[in-house]
Amino acid sequence: MNQPLIRMDRVRKEFGRSVVAVDNMSLTIEKGDFISFLGPSGCGKSTALRMIAGLLPVTAGTIDIKPPEAGEQAEQDLGFVFQEPTLMPWARVFDNVWLPLRLAGVGRNRARERVEQALREVGLSKFERAYPRELSGGMKMRVSIARAMVTRPRILLMDEPFAALDEMTRMKLNNDVVRLSAEHGLTVVFVTHSVFESVYLSNRIVVMAARPGRVAEELQVGAPWPRGDDFRTSQTYADECRRVSAELKETLHDDDIDH
Amino acid sequence: MTTTSTIESPQEARTPAGAVQDEPAPLNTEHLAAMRRERILAWVMPLATMALAILGWEWWVRANDIPHYLIPAPSRVAETLWTDGPSLLQSAWFTVKLTFFSLLLAVVGGVLLGALFALSRSVEMSLFPFAVILQVTPVVAIAPLILIYVANTFVALLICAWIVAFFPILSNTVIGLRSADHNLRDLFTLYRATPWQRLRYLLAPSALPYFMAALKVAGGLALIGAVVAEFVAGATGQNTGLASRIIEASFRNEIPRMFAALVLVSLLGVAIFLLTTLASKLVLGHWHESEIKRET
Ligand SMILES: Nc1ncnc2c1ncn2[C@@H]1O[C@H](COP(=O)(O)OP(=O)(O)OP(=O)(O)O)[C@@H](O)[C@H]1O
Ligand SMILES: [Mg+2]
Repeated sequence: MNQPLIRMDRVRKEFGRSVVAVDNMSLTIEKGDFISFLGPSGCGKSTALRMIAGLLPVTAGTIDIKPPEAGEQAEQDLGFVFQEPTLMPWARVFDNVWLPLRLAGVGRNRARERVEQALREVGLSKFERAYPRELSGGMKMRVSIARAMVTRPRILLMDEPFAALDEMTRMKLNNDVVRLSAEHGLTVVFVTHSVFESVYLSNRIVVMAARPGRVAEELQVGAPWPRGDDFRTSQTYADECRRVSAELKETLHDDDIDH
Repeated sequence: MTTTSTIESPQEARTPAGAVQDEPAPLNTEHLAAMRRERILAWVMPLATMALAILGWEWWVRANDIPHYLIPAPSRVAETLWTDGPSLLQSAWFTVKLTFFSLLLAVVGGVLLGALFALSRSVEMSLFPFAVILQVTPVVAIAPLILIYVANTFVALLICAWIVAFFPILSNTVIGLRSADHNLRDLFTLYRATPWQRLRYLLAPSALPYFMAALKVAGGLALIGAVVAEFVAGATGQNTGLASRIIEASFRNEIPRMFAALVLVSLLGVAIFLLTTLASKLVLGHWHESEIKRET
């Protein structure tokens, strides 16, 4: 009866005959979870995320997403934020954010209020009419987040969204994501390379190992919500980072011995 | 993010000890002047060299007493342009029509077929060889056949010019439609875009820079096709283009008239180049790297 929001059951993904990108991955994600996929490059984090989004078919296993309940209806249940901002360079910021609604048949005027709200939530109200090339990297990423949020999704999937940004901007955007996910009761799956980022953001960290990509272990982050800049400088944060780093090192070290 | 700091109290407005009251830093006048010079040079240089070349030619013909039936002086060509103007302009108009219609048909055909290719691999695989054969066979070699099979000369010439201009549009449209960012494609899949929405909002804008590049090439090719086809046809009479005027003049050894017709052909080519360049600026100027003027 109490079905989890997302359930991955023994999911496997092969590319061609020889590359096993993800093997035997099982995971349940509850409503309101903030999950990080943490692992080295090439361990199948993006592949797993794209399978959850339905952008890649699974080779074996199943991924179930609980259908939305009455009153939860949105144009699109899933928001996806890529590593690059992935904006349409020929369209203004407004039109870029409007896109998901436009594809769902919502006209410009009916969409206006929601597009404006999404832009306000990421602090870009003034840039509606700008073209992407006129924005900094961090601003482009914000537009990308606004676009994912404009359909009011239940689930937000983010694939190393801030990897290319500087430390300061990344911290700011991390705070934005924490705030947005709390305000909208989002369930977030967040792919990252960074131990610090994953500890700061998530309540559960899924550590992945490579060749073949698989879940090495799951860690709980024992820190209360909401988190803000205070948390970043707290002892708890430092301790959790140290613990996760140690676990990660151990896992990856085992991995080296295995292969 | 942009942050604007406003001065809220007189406390903060005070300049730090030791600092001189700020005046605006001196403008980099050298850089500004250099930019202005560059803008002017961009116009002046080509015009000046052109004028110089024409003057040199004039001087050389006069100094060496070269007879006008060998190489006419520019002044002589200008004179011929003036006196033969009406008949030449009529022919020029014919060539313009031919070029324009063949380009138009090349655009329509190339874009439609390109879209079809991009939508369906199997259509592309079966039809692409024909497009390639059309492209690699020199138009002068096919033109005589076309002129035999098609009774109307204008239509026959149109087909020849079209063959030349069509291929770049087709191939660039196909490449352009396939060039869309793969993450954006995924985004459209995620939001369940219909094929039509995908074409309209993603593939077509992505293809536009490729298409505009092809248009620049095809514009020039259409003119070449129109002129070459007419040479092959060897068409004579009232209702014919500039190529026919050149052939006629060459039979009669009217070298200045040949030059005059040639000047008109070149001017046409330049006009086409400028128009397609302008079109590309208008369409892509606000977003595509190739047309954005960088502030330096
Ligand atoms: N389309 C594809 N075709 C073939 N192999 C692929 C494809 N996509 C991914 N792979 C392979 O699958 C494995 C996992 O790739 P994936 O992109 O999921 O890794 P990742 O954990 O996201 O890495 P990174 O942190 O560098 O983004 C890699 O070995 C990669 O080479
Ligand atoms: Mg990845």
